[in-house]
Amino acid sequence: MKFGVVRFPGTCDDFDARDAALRVDGAEAVLLWHGDHDLQGVDAVIVPGGFSYGDYLRVGAIARFAPVMTEVMEFAREGGTVLGICNGFQILCEAGLLPGALLPNTGRRFIFRQVDLDVDRADTRFTSAVPAGQTSLSIPIKHTTGRYYAPEDQLDALEANGQVLLRYAPGQNPNGSLRDIAGVTNEAGNVFGLMPHPEHAVDPLTGSVDGLTLFTSMAQAVSRV
Amino acid sequence: MKARVLIRPKAGILDPQGVAVEQALPALGFTGVSEVRVGRMVELEIADESQLDQLCQKLLANTLIEDYEIVSVEGAVAP
Repeated sequence: MKFGVVRFPGTCDDFDARDAALRVDGAEAVLLWHGDHDLQGVDAVIVPGGFSYGDYLRVGAIARFAPVMTEVMEFAREGGTVLGICNGFQILCEAGLLPGALLPNTGRRFIFRQVDLDVDRADTRFTSAVPAGQTSLSIPIKHTTGRYYAPEDQLDALEANGQVLLRYAPGQNPNGSLRDIAGVTNEAGNVFGLMPHPEHAVDPLTGSVDGLTLFTSMAQAVSRV
Repeated sequence: MKARVLIRPKAGILDPQGVAVEQALPALGFTGVSEVRVGRMVELEIADESQLDQLCQKLLANTLIEDYEIVSVEGAVAP
């Protein structure tokens, strides 16, 4: 099982994402350069957080045209497992791999805190390792542009299709995301994006290891294929 | 030729920047200002004017959340 973590100019969570993936038993993880048309034969792609190409114009708008994104989009279309975290989520939305868009936080400020996420579904390739009986994950957020938006009819469709995997726990919506959505998949369920940072919640030292369940789920899903 | 494209948040979508500007105005003595919306304007030189619309849809605006308007081409206000 080999994870690939994309690195854009401005990415800052690439090492944390790689190191989080390496904590999964038997997993390898490599960095993928934004300028290369090469996924190095990885089994799953992580588009990590931070920034990309200055986030000029709109967050993620320029990064979607990076050379490596051609391969990431092809990989996703063929059913490959792709995880987008924070800026990665924004990029995948801009690329059309995920529904909706991320808008500036209602409160206008950069926010950085631990949040509880309700798990809507634990039967997906991104959440299957959430222990039975555990209904929420404690994972940090850190962003300025994290307000999930999609038109009402599209939100209805997302919910009907079971594409919402994670929501901010009641009363904890930090950014004005519609329907408290913290993470959504594409229609096929093989691409997932979320604003919280699971790679920052993998060691008891920082208060929670709940983030690791996402990486473990992805590895298990790849092994099952 | 020169073109100007005006991009703004779609109606109905909360615009925190507009809210911030609106809230700052009373402190300067400007009262009675409301519905402030902050967008952006892109100026560009374009060889083939017929590409302008596609270019707006594919990059300059995210049409899920933004409306765009080509406000002038070569100095003339678009019809």
